[in-house]
Amino acid sequence: MADELQKLSDHILTKRSGFGVAAKIAYGELTLAAAPDTIIGLLTFMRDDQVCKFSQLIDICGVDYPNREKRFDVVYHLLSLHRNHRVRVKIETGEDQPVPSATAVWPAANWFEREAFDMYGIQFSGHPDLRRLLTDYGFVGHPLRKDFPLTGFVELRYDEEQKRVVNEPVKLTQDFRKFDFMSPWEGAKHILPGDEKATKP
Amino acid sequence: MGVIHPPAMSAARSGVEGAGPVDPNDPFFLNAREALADKGFMLARADDLITWARTGSIMPMLFGLACCGVEMMQVITPRYDIERLGAAPRASPRQSDLMIVAGTLTNKMAAPIRKLYDQMPEPRYVISMGSCANGGGYYHYSYSVVRGCDRIIPVDIYVPGCPPTAEALIYAFMLLQKKIRRTGNIIR
Repeated sequence: MADELQKLSDHILTKRSGFGVAAKIAYGELTLAAAPDTIIGLLTFMRDDQVCKFSQLIDICGVDYPNREKRFDVVYHLLSLHRNHRVRVKIETGEDQPVPSATAVWPAANWFEREAFDMYGIQFSGHPDLRRLLTDYGFVGHPLRKDFPLTGFVELRYDEEQKRVVNEPVKLTQDFRKFDFMSPWEGAKHILPGDEKATKP
Repeated sequence: MGVIHPPAMSAARSGVEGAGPVDPNDPFFLNAREALADKGFMLARADDLITWARTGSIMPMLFGLACCGVEMMQVITPRYDIERLGAAPRASPRQSDLMIVAGTLTNKMAAPIRKLYDQMPEPRYVISMGSCANGGGYYHYSYSVVRGCDRIIPVDIYVPGCPPTAEALIYAFMLLQKKIRRTGNIIR
């Protein structure tokens, strides 16, 4: 499998040389890093090429790195049913730098891009209908950004006088509390009860 | 003439208040049996008759919003069988007396749930089922969840649990029946 991945990676790199594509294999998975202005060419190539044949788009998602200059990653997950391959393609983009839409390559990209726009505020140029997908009508902000507060800005209530559901600023009777007990998933240093005889992987 | 005047707090009333099992030799029942055997009919108060009919045909509008909805579906299945209590699920708010809010009520769903509630004919009741519907539960601090469905619609019975068992929901039904019997709904 690792050989196959290496072959695939080499094939893509040779065919797309000069387009700023970089490849990395980690944990048995191939990740390609690309540039936003050549991403549509790369995706079209990977869909149509006889060695790749990535006919399915599994997901488009975003990642937020607030400290970076270009703060967002857009990640495409592709599946080739013909060749039994999966691959991940990453590009970097900023808040006000639109990414070309992949709807012309895979129609499935339509809602994925709407979701990424809704959750992160990533702009997709050439998208036929870039509206919010998941959040409430009239929602302000992009909830999966790291600087979005957990409880949001508004809460709902039915107003008996106006006879409708109204938006109000959030008023919490008790603030959100996070108990910072060190759990095994966060890397506790001490030996956990019951783990005395266990060996480290 | 076959008119039964139950003394206060006799069997019928004690059943209403939910005070333990009823004695088969209760004078109310002996009286009623005698009246039926003797004259073939008996009279009762219209209020009692109507509340009796109402408690026996609570038609819930199913509002399964999340995992509580699965537990609510169990209540309809033959194992628990809510139809024993005369309740049959309806698909339309205009045919139903009761709304069971089962699951997380999100901000986007808040306006539709109010609209559906407003479409239900009076008298109408609401059972809030599960932690999320009661007060936001696990998602209390979320940006997209209503912190309790009583912010949107008036609730009669709260069922605690995450999710509540089917038995708990049946108990809520019985509490609601008790509430209907206790309050009555005829406006004089």
